Amino acid sequence: MEILETLINGLSIGGTYAMIALGYTMVYGIAKMLNFAHGDVIMVGGYTIYVVMAQTGYPLIGLAAAILFCMILGVTVEKLAYKPLRGASPLAVLITAIGVSYLLQSTAQMIFGSSPKMVTLLDLGNVKLGSLKIQWNVIITLIASFVIMLILTLFVKYTRTGRAMVAVSEDKGAAQLMGINSNAIITLTFAIGSALAACAGFFMLMKSPSLSNTMGAMPGIKAFTAAVIGGIGSIPGAMLGGILIGIVEAVSYKITVIAPYTDAIEFLILIIILLVKPSGILGKKRREKV
Amino acid sequence: MKKNFKIKHYINYIVVAALGILFTVMALTDSFASPLALIQLEKIVIAVLLAVSLSVVVGFLGELSLGHAGFMCVGAYLGGKVSVLLEPVLGNSFPTLLISMAVGGVVAAAFGVIIGLPALRLRGDYLAIVTLAFGEIVRSIFMNSSRETFGGSLGLATPRFDKKYLFMVGFVMVLICLAVIQNMMKSKHGRAITSIRDSEIAARATGINVTKYKLIVFTVSSFFAGIAGVLYSFSNNNVQSTNFSYNYSIEILVMVVLGGMGSINGSIIAATLITFLDIKLQTILTGNLAVLQDFIYAIVLILIVIYNNAPGLKNFREKYNLQSLINKIAKGMQNPAKRRDDEAKWHRVPTKIEIDEVLSTKIQRDPTTSIKPDKGGND
Repeated sequence: MEILETLINGLSIGGTYAMIALGYTMVYGIAKMLNFAHGDVIMVGGYTIYVVMAQTGYPLIGLAAAILFCMILGVTVEKLAYKPLRGASPLAVLITAIGVSYLLQSTAQMIFGSSPKMVTLLDLGNVKLGSLKIQWNVIITLIASFVIMLILTLFVKYTRTGRAMVAVSEDKGAAQLMGINSNAIITLTFAIGSALAACAGFFMLMKSPSLSNTMGAMPGIKAFTAAVIGGIGSIPGAMLGGILIGIVEAVSYKITVIAPYTDAIEFLILIIILLVKPSGILGKKRREKV
Repeated sequence: MKKNFKIKHYINYIVVAALGILFTVMALTDSFASPLALIQLEKIVIAVLLAVSLSVVVGFLGELSLGHAGFMCVGAYLGGKVSVLLEPVLGNSFPTLLISMAVGGVVAAAFGVIIGLPALRLRGDYLAIVTLAFGEIVRSIFMNSSRETFGGSLGLATPRFDKKYLFMVGFVMVLICLAVIQNMMKSKHGRAITSIRDSEIAARATGINVTKYKLIVFTVSSFFAGIAGVLYSFSNNNVQSTNFSYNYSIEILVMVVLGGMGSINGSIIAATLITFLDIKLQTILTGNLAVLQDFIYAIVLILIVIYNNAPGLKNFREKYNLQSLINKIAKGMQNPAKRRDDEAKWHRVPTKIEIDEVLSTKIQRDPTTSIKPDKGGND
């Protein structure tokens, strides 16, 4: 029974990671850049929820506000910092993204101070299924994240805009020739990625109510790891990688001997997978052309 | 004396050595205002070593390493441990420092080879995440080590070097590092490394052993990062694994980027300035204001990278840059288009610029005998 409990926990953590990883992978697929600041969008979402909760008291209004604010933030950052660098070397864009990450962290610290804030969203207690004892928020996270991923998959597969996104990620030039406004698609991608990050921030706050300006950094990097493991640029890959990392984390926490090394184990898996298959599990091999 | 001896190629050695001698004299005659000055000098020297060693990977090889603090961490822990073990035998003396530096540097270099091996299969963003992962793994291992081996989460207690000339050792290491890296980059090996940066496929096609050069660069870079780590452990009483998180790697990267990627002197200046500002601002900006520093760094970093790399700003950049400003002041000293090799920017192969220059200046085209397109060799 404990195995099942760990598995459900892992799936729930993995769902959160997968949602963050989707933001990384979609932006990478479409804008061909690594948005290092993506993890900090989670933190911005968390603080938005905190502010709105303090005003209204309804978690769902907080979530809606966070999604809206993060979308605006994501699009603004894209327009101001990343758009001028389109066509520049990937390294330059990556360093700018690192700069944006620092900017968001220090801005949050200037506004809210460095001491962590506590946000209690929903305390629903545990649910008992036979001998299973699982927290409600774990189940909510699990279901919500899978529903969101399902909606996203359907959106990408069956709507015109979604198809346009796939087209831009396949070949930006050809997509433009087919009448797709690739700039608008890139903006949309950033908006969707940031909205997913805001949702992930909500789920993270449900799990542990502490809020600080670096709360997004480590989950951001782990989700990025997940995206790379799954094959960056691939949407199912990000989901798979996120769930894999989540389960590894949950299992590793359960085993006392290796529990302190959880982060190291996750990163080691990344290195091993990249050594065996440099493009990730579901990633496409990109042939370099001169 | 060789014909192509130019003072400007050696100016950085001269400046570093002169400053080193000046500070040593000041230290030996106790002319510093406070004993803290020595620790601050040590901090600056360590930062310079880190920035210069990272600039080889980022600026010349063109690969992003986010795990430089990891190599430093290896050096700091190993060097610190050796110094703890040797202290009862040799005392807190110069030989202890030398042996620790050798061990720390070599072990860090070995890690450089280990991380360089996957680097042979990965490029760009993938390599960046692997180096980041490596740094975090190293940190996590030292953090969870037992109390007896590496001190665990409390950190490894190391003896602070009690002689005044620790920073002088640092200066000598910077000079050695400069000599190794600058000579390497000026040789044919340096050409090979920059050619890998500009196009790995082309470099491979020309017969350059990409594998070998990548390994060399990673080994040299991590060796000096390890040395910097050993100096760090000797400069502090305690080596804490939390100090070597990826944030620190990024800080070093910021120094390299602000100094100008591919410019060793730029890295030295940027590392010195940033560390100096850090020290000075720490006393001025206290409490909640301290974060203002990070805020300003972030904005400066973003603006500089956009200015240097935005394709839309290309004309603006060529019109108003430091080089042309200097040229305006010292009129006609140098052609603005001509860049020194070690200032080569991204996407710009130095040799190509020189060829363009030769083509545009030496050949005076006579309009009457202009070259006509070849029509099947009838002319």
